[in-house]
Amino acid sequence: MPQILEKPALELESIRRDFPALNQRVHGQPLVYFDNAATSQKPRAVIDAISRYYECDNSNVHRGIHELSRRATEGYEAARKRVAQFIGAGSAHEIVFTRGTTEAVNLIASAWGDANVKSGDTILLTEMEHHSNIVPWQLLAKRTGAKLVYVPVTGDDGMLDLDALDRLLTREVKLFAFTHVSNTLGTINPVRRLCAQARELGIATFVDAAQSAGHMPVDVGEIGCDFLAFSGHKICGPTGIGVLFGRQELLEAMEPYQGGGDMISRVDFQESRWNVVPHKFEAGTPDIAGAIGLHAALDYLDRVGRERILAHDLDLAAYAYEKLAALGNIRLFGPRPETGLHSGLISFLLPEVHAHDVITLADRHGIALRGGHHCTQPLMRKLGVASTARASFYFYNTREEIDRFLETIAEIRTFFARQV
Amino acid sequence: MDLEELYQDVILDHSRRPRNFGEMPDADFHIHGDNPMCGDEVTLHVKFSAADLVEKVGFTGNGCSICMSSASMLTQKIKRRPRAEAAELSRAFQDLLTAPSEPEPDKRLGDLTLLRGVRKFPQRVKCATLAWHALDQALAKPTAKETNFSEETDPPAP
Repeated sequence: MPQILEKPALELESIRRDFPALNQRVHGQPLVYFDNAATSQKPRAVIDAISRYYECDNSNVHRGIHELSRRATEGYEAARKRVAQFIGAGSAHEIVFTRGTTEAVNLIASAWGDANVKSGDTILLTEMEHHSNIVPWQLLAKRTGAKLVYVPVTGDDGMLDLDALDRLLTREVKLFAFTHVSNTLGTINPVRRLCAQARELGIATFVDAAQSAGHMPVDVGEIGCDFLAFSGHKICGPTGIGVLFGRQELLEAMEPYQGGGDMISRVDFQESRWNVVPHKFEAGTPDIAGAIGLHAALDYLDRVGRERILAHDLDLAAYAYEKLAALGNIRLFGPRPETGLHSGLISFLLPEVHAHDVITLADRHGIALRGGHHCTQPLMRKLGVASTARASFYFYNTREEIDRFLETIAEIRTFFARQV
Repeated sequence: MDLEELYQDVILDHSRRPRNFGEMPDADFHIHGDNPMCGDEVTLHVKFSAADLVEKVGFTGNGCSICMSSASMLTQKIKRRPRAEAAELSRAFQDLLTAPSEPEPDKRLGDLTLLRGVRKFPQRVKCATLAWHALDQALAKPTAKETNFSEETDPPAP
């Protein structure tokens, strides 16, 4: 098991008290929330920040002279600055607020893709992408006549085939878009290396950080990407707010994504001029409360410490992986934990119990898992499975919860193995 | 406990050893339904006789125990029934699972009534009805030999 805990382990009891939703019974059992890759729970600090905004400062941003509008604008723009700092962006101008990762990918595919991708060009993706990092590129390919090429995944161990990457990363490739951490396999990809290799050939890069931001240190300068996106709700923030980072010169060269208020500097009856970045990409009233809630979430995460969160994620993943493997007759996905490349989620299949039956039974034991294709249908087809069950952890989860989960898996197996 | 009610012995038996499972090249209709939310897939193969009976019915696919057992029991139940009666049984079965208040089960449903346990598991109702939605399409005798449909993920509240 990797020994990477440099700072003292997390004070889990006190952390767990910060999350009201964790303190409840589901079907009569204490809740074990293992669906964090779908969305995380929210700490009191985030809930309070949103309530405080609506109770005291609620107003529209950027256009008001009055006091409340000043406060709302200040809160919204302070959140942008905080995000820039959180991911090591050079300036808050490189931070565009979106509804989430999905909208961020669509924004790049439209505003950057339509101007930079033409017929015959290649967009390089990987086989482990979430639908949100596939379908927007398919739409772009349809509009432009570009083609999509995928870096293969090696198999159940969930690694990218880097030898194939050397062949696939050609000068026809205009953009290489890939996930930092796979939401199905748990693989942590070598993003720095991937970006460096692309940059040597002048290829733009997009990193889907939906499963990594808030789980580990993520610094766009260190990674060396052109674009990066993540969602607030997976990292203790509210739903409806997400972030697109883009290098400023790229954002400035791009056309708007949507038209409306706030994204213009001057509008005439026939034509308009665009506001400066990032406002050019934020048409209409934004999710002000969402940004303020996200700000509180980032503060919370940095108080816990992202390196400690990573260490805890890796520890839980390794613990769960080894214990599940020890059950025998189970199919486990993702890299072996001793590689240090298996983030805090485990996908598995019991050959004799379908994933949905596992989920339903676990739910009746108070354990929230997810089963299905995890929005990675092409990957599932490649691996030859229709669905997997997935347990995904965060820093408030404990080894004791994993023990309860393992006991439940054993019970589920007994229940389904009975003679009928 | 409601888990035992959901996963009754008969249901597990059908899911482990599905009846009438396999391709049917001479079928009149192949109706492929999937549930995009969970990835369950069922293809129902139906052949009608000249007298409009369900002469042969079988299925292929991949899904959870509820989905597979429901499809398996469906094939046994409607085989050799007149088309109109198969439609009645389909209506009765779906009402048993989805009507706002639980009706008295149609006696003809037999073991299929065991699946009413899913009423307590609203997220699993679609697993049990997938094959029946395929059946409804086959019974309508579509013009095409092969039909594909997807279940709606979560319809807006009524």
